[in-house]
Amino acid sequence: MDNAIIQVKNLNLWYGTFQALINVNAMFTEHKITAIIGPSGCGKSTLLRVFNRMNDLIEGVRMNGEIMIDQENILAEQVDLVKLRKKVGMVFQRPNPFPLSIYENIVFGERIHGEGLSRDRFDEVVESSLKSVLLWDELKDKLNKPALGLSLEQKQRLCIARLIAVKPEVLLMDEPCSTLDPQATARVEELMRELKSRYTIIIVTHNMQQAARVSDDTGFMLLGELIEFGKTENIFTAPKDKRTEEYITGRYG
Amino acid sequence: MQRHIDDELKELHKDILKMGVMAQEEIFKATEALKNRDRNQAQAVIDADNKIDELELLIDEKCIDLIARYQPMAGDLRFITTGMKINAELERIADLAVDIAQRVLELVDKPLLKPLIDIPKLSIIAQDMVRDAINAFVNRDAKLARKVVLSDAEADDLRNRVHDELVNEYLIKDPKTADRAIPLLLISRHLERICDHTTNIAEDVIYLVEAKVVKHHPEELK
Repeated sequence: MDNAIIQVKNLNLWYGTFQALINVNAMFTEHKITAIIGPSGCGKSTLLRVFNRMNDLIEGVRMNGEIMIDQENILAEQVDLVKLRKKVGMVFQRPNPFPLSIYENIVFGERIHGEGLSRDRFDEVVESSLKSVLLWDELKDKLNKPALGLSLEQKQRLCIARLIAVKPEVLLMDEPCSTLDPQATARVEELMRELKSRYTIIIVTHNMQQAARVSDDTGFMLLGELIEFGKTENIFTAPKDKRTEEYITGRYG
Repeated sequence: MQRHIDDELKELHKDILKMGVMAQEEIFKATEALKNRDRNQAQAVIDADNKIDELELLIDEKCIDLIARYQPMAGDLRFITTGMKINAELERIADLAVDIAQRVLELVDKPLLKPLIDIPKLSIIAQDMVRDAINAFVNRDAKLARKVVLSDAEADDLRNRVHDELVNEYLIKDPKTADRAIPLLLISRHLERICDHTTNIAEDVIYLVEAKVVKHHPEELK
């Protein structure tokens, strides 16, 4: 039986007077990769950012509705945002490692969330996080080197490792492969497939083939609404809504 | 928005329609050759098969090319994959028309065994089914496709009647009629197989139009 880890109920979001999300209802299943697709401006990144309340950082944002993560409504007033952002981590389109060493990038989160952890513990976290993203062999002898000197693909993997270090439950990825070449994209997608056994992944992508390749479920958004949501193979072979069909066959454009 | 693939899909559509028309014609010509006891007509059916085989290869190639170049999705994907399957079924139907023509060649020099009534009837059913299945594909008509699937029962009944008559009234009573009864028996079987292939086409059309799989699931036809 698949577990819902995130339940979105009647979610509406406004940037000032502009309504960016309109009555969104969805269920994201644990240990699956869910892709959100749709044309530019449809609200997919806005939706993604709701899951770790990143939209709060934007002035004039207003929301109503409920988002249940582990039976807790994360839109409620009393939610601990630091704890939420540890549980629900985010990777961005342009990899954004800190201007620190590789080692310090990964333990940064632990330094904030942990309680006076030992050097040994940090070493362990660095090793296991880098192993999880298949960077350990490449970087184990260069941990003190600046993260900004890595390739784009390595930087993106490092950003994922940085999230993994604080033991999240959900990984949000906003067009994580847009700046990567096709081979690097394929490798990061393979990493995503491996990671889903331990985390739940939600990916926003404008690359439909990527969504088709990598996700278990797909949601199609248009003008702030979630038009259709279902198993990826059904969405891409026989979508129920005409607008979904038009988008994925390239007739909407 | 007009897409480049639309032109290529239109071409594919035309090619499959052409394939369907050719297959239907070959069944007609093979049956006429049988009725008229015409060796030349039968040979013409056999000779025409090359063209159909070439067209089948061309259609297959175009479909694979479309998949590789466009990574089609949804309706486009179903159209192309269904087109490939229908293509294969039509080529088999044309081969069966050739088989009928070959049986005719075996019969033309021998005296007529019996007036042909049921076999021409079965041939008309087969031709109608091919015509309807192709029309269903061209017009994306799932209702017509369902009608085709349901007509297969009539074809089976007629083939069984032919079989029973030839076996009980001729083969058993007078084994010397075997050289004429058996080719006729085989012709009825070829025609019934044509109907089976046409049913497959119709089931594929239902999948194309409704994304519903009725193949091997007759209860889904409702």
